[in-house]
Amino acid sequence: MTNLLTLTRMRVQLALRNKMFFFFSLIMPLGFFFLYSSVFAKGKPYGVAYLLASVLGLNVMGSFWGLSATLVTFREQGILRRFHVTPATATDMLVSSILANYALTLPTVLLEILLARFLFHVQDLGNLAAVFLLVSIGTVSFGSLGLVIASVTNTMQETQILNQLLWLPLIFLSGATIPFTSLSNSVQHVALFLPATYLVHGLRNAIYMNDGPSKVLLALASLTIWFLLTLFLSSQLFRWEPEAKIGRKAKFYVAATAIPFVLLGVWEARNGRVIAEENRAEQKFERLEREYKQQHGESQVEPAKSNSSGDSH
Amino acid sequence: MPNPVLRVENLTKRYGDVEAVRGISFEVAEGEVFGLLGPNGAGKTSTVEILEGLRSADSGTVSVCGYDPQRNPDELKKEIGAALQLTALPDKLRVMEAVKLFASFYRRRRNPEDLLKRFGLEEKRDSFYSQLSGGQKQRLALAIALVNDPKVVFLDEPTAGLDPQVRREIYDVIEELRRDKKTILLTTHYIEEAERLCDRVAIVDHGKVIVQGTPRELKQASADKTRIEVRLAREEDESTLKSLEGVTDCRTLNGLYVLHCLRPPQAIVSLVKYLESQNNELVGLEIATPSLEDVFIELTGRRLRD
Repeated sequence: MTNLLTLTRMRVQLALRNKMFFFFSLIMPLGFFFLYSSVFAKGKPYGVAYLLASVLGLNVMGSFWGLSATLVTFREQGILRRFHVTPATATDMLVSSILANYALTLPTVLLEILLARFLFHVQDLGNLAAVFLLVSIGTVSFGSLGLVIASVTNTMQETQILNQLLWLPLIFLSGATIPFTSLSNSVQHVALFLPATYLVHGLRNAIYMNDGPSKVLLALASLTIWFLLTLFLSSQLFRWEPEAKIGRKAKFYVAATAIPFVLLGVWEARNGRVIAEENRAEQKFERLEREYKQQHGESQVEPAKSNSSGDSH
Repeated sequence: MPNPVLRVENLTKRYGDVEAVRGISFEVAEGEVFGLLGPNGAGKTSTVEILEGLRSADSGTVSVCGYDPQRNPDELKKEIGAALQLTALPDKLRVMEAVKLFASFYRRRRNPEDLLKRFGLEEKRDSFYSQLSGGQKQRLALAIALVNDPKVVFLDEPTAGLDPQVRREIYDVIEELRRDKKTILLTTHYIEEAERLCDRVAIVDHGKVIVQGTPRELKQASADKTRIEVRLAREEDESTLKSLEGVTDCRTLNGLYVLHCLRPPQAIVSLVKYLESQNNELVGLEIATPSLEDVFIELTGRRLRD
């Protein structure tokens, strides 16, 4: 337990001394936050609240980049092998990086929520307990995905290619960038196989539809199972030595991490719950938009001059 | 050897087609500094890393403080300290943080402040690892190897790539460890290091121990390579000097007589007696004892750093 805590502290310290960390974990997420809130939602509280799930989802999903890159760097530079001659275990190394990433992601998420509340005057942030649980399990599970990526790639170059390959579908199909409701029906069905879809969808329900933890249980449970599976796999595939290469077969293990969401995707495709709920959330957004315009006497066609703070009071 | 701290028997290890270790055996007693001397690629690092539990052996038995590194890795790791080859610490980790971090892994631990003082790193305590020189990094590696006050210390090429002055600093540190009665396994391809630091040495080549013993024993084994170089007041006949007791060969080199001898003391006595009988005088005498390098050349036909 002590090993885990001291290693976690080391990871946090190292991250805070790294300029790249600040860019990827603070500047970039806040950049997305302001892009979504000011430009896409035009600073309107009902729009900021609607898109907040996407912003938080992006922030949480990004966890796998940093964790995969750091673990591969540690292995390639021979840092891991130094720890191998101490009583620290592979699990200590893996879990400490997940904990450190969690401790470092949470403040940015909190900042985004506070900015939505006080800068963009979002009065109703939905069910914060459910948001907290989803952010928590999302951060550790996507972090754990990063550890699997580090385990099945042999070089930093391979790691970054795999990161890109995963990142693009995760952000474009999950509703984190392109609104889920504007995807074609067939693409929506593909998206139902992605963990990111359930994360963003769960967050949207918690924030916008005020769903409590019991109502987002499916997202929480599936992400938890996925987390345990990825963590187990990364500990099984863990390599201390820089020159220890992974066999081709082992690379297919990464496919095993898809199992929970393949099953969930098949089930969801049949009952259509996610798609229906996303449509409902969009309807709520449209209703709030109409009400807002009526209250503020604006015409149906929104002029482009509005800005963030002026409109909300 | 009763109760050796390290025991290696018929150890083998192969990587693909390369047989790195081909039946190495040796034992190290408590408090002994044992050196594996040999050229790069001789199998020294593989052997040490098997003892540290970093690699598994293909065959043979290994025990460290009574533990099998593969079967009891947890117990083993509490007892050993290691300065590895090809390793690093995170660039942005500070010196003191590194020592404290590694100390936190053990129940039995040395005071980090004392360690920094002992290794001359007090002034660098807040420096990042990336800001340290090669010698400072190596001293930090040694300090970290000792954080748990280990029973056995593994030093894999502790001075490789360091300049001679820094190397001597490291020697001082290792000699201090020897005075503390630590059991040390050291690998090196520097003759000087093995001769100066080790109580016993195994010369390793192509994955095998070709000879082992104290540096003195090894050198005595090739004692006919001892050269006595003398200057005389008057010239003497080469063949007469060659026939003296204890002398195996004699050559002249610019007025210098180089005697090769099996038993240097007898050779000197008989030389002096002979010179007295001839009313000749000894002007100068120098004994060049064989180094471990000579031993290595004799046994392998190659220089160590070829």
